[in-house]
Amino acid sequence: MKRAVATLVVLASGAMLLAACTEKPQTNAEGVKHDAVPWSGTGTQANTGTAFTAPGWKVGDKTAWEQQIKVRSNGQNEYIREN
Amino acid sequence: MARMKFVCDSERCIECNGCVTACKNENEVPWGVNRRRVVTLNDGLPGEKSISVACMHCSDAPCMAVCPVQCFYRTEEGVVLHDKDVCIGCGYCSYACPFGAPQFPSQGTFGARGKMDKCTFCAGGPEANGSEAEFEKYGRNRLAEGKLPACAEMCSTKALLAGDGDVVADIFRTRVVQRGTGAEVWGWGTAYGSQQAGTPTTGGTK
Repeated sequence: MKRAVATLVVLASGAMLLAACTEKPQTNAEGVKHDAVPWSGTGTQANTGTAFTAPGWKVGDKTAWEQQIKVRSNGQNEYIREN
Repeated sequence: MARMKFVCDSERCIECNGCVTACKNENEVPWGVNRRRVVTLNDGLPGEKSISVACMHCSDAPCMAVCPVQCFYRTEEGVVLHDKDVCIGCGYCSYACPFGAPQFPSQGTFGARGKMDKCTFCAGGPEANGSEAEFEKYGRNRLAEGKLPACAEMCSTKALLAGDGDVVADIFRTRVVQRGTGAEVWGWGTAYGSQQAGTPTTGGTK
């Protein structure tokens, strides 16, 4: 009985020690990836948004996105907001 | 085309660390890593100045130049991003960066230095926009949601400005003209080039 418990303890500690050796695969089969354009939105399909997408622009439209960023950037200007 | 830039107005920064907290919260940055931090000069003395510092997404990024595995790339909007699947965590970028932006989490096996982490201008990274993989590796992609970086949008005094370079420069210029002081933009010359940094001057001696 004692021997079985000791074996179990050894096995469990061995498993715990080895668990530290696991690591996610770090293969680089594709090389450096490039990002999708920001105006393509964050939805699961291309050119779609989610509930978190800011209102006021059409997802997929580059000009609309640029305008949205410009408006949002200008929102930081109190001289425009207050006057 | 919009060119994304950061400006920190040292006349307005009150060292509240709201930008640091917003960034950590928005991107769920791991313990021990600060993509953004507030630096105070002459702390406690009259005339002390604070600035919020992170990756400035330099026009001619030194990190990109020294990376031995070429994991960096620049988006069309001028945001400097990197591919964590390619990064080997060597730390060269950390030595090259004038802003101390590259961070290295110590969560690897036996505390080994992990892959580099830095500010992404809330633009995510080279994974599908808004995907779980993108969030896990790089954080939120607010730009693709039509928003600006969380740090700047959360800044209570609007000391930290982010967005289209032309627009943020105009905002800063208006402020300087109105208050008549504080025209120095910390890090702007180093990051985006100016007569003070990078441009050869005429008639100078070594």
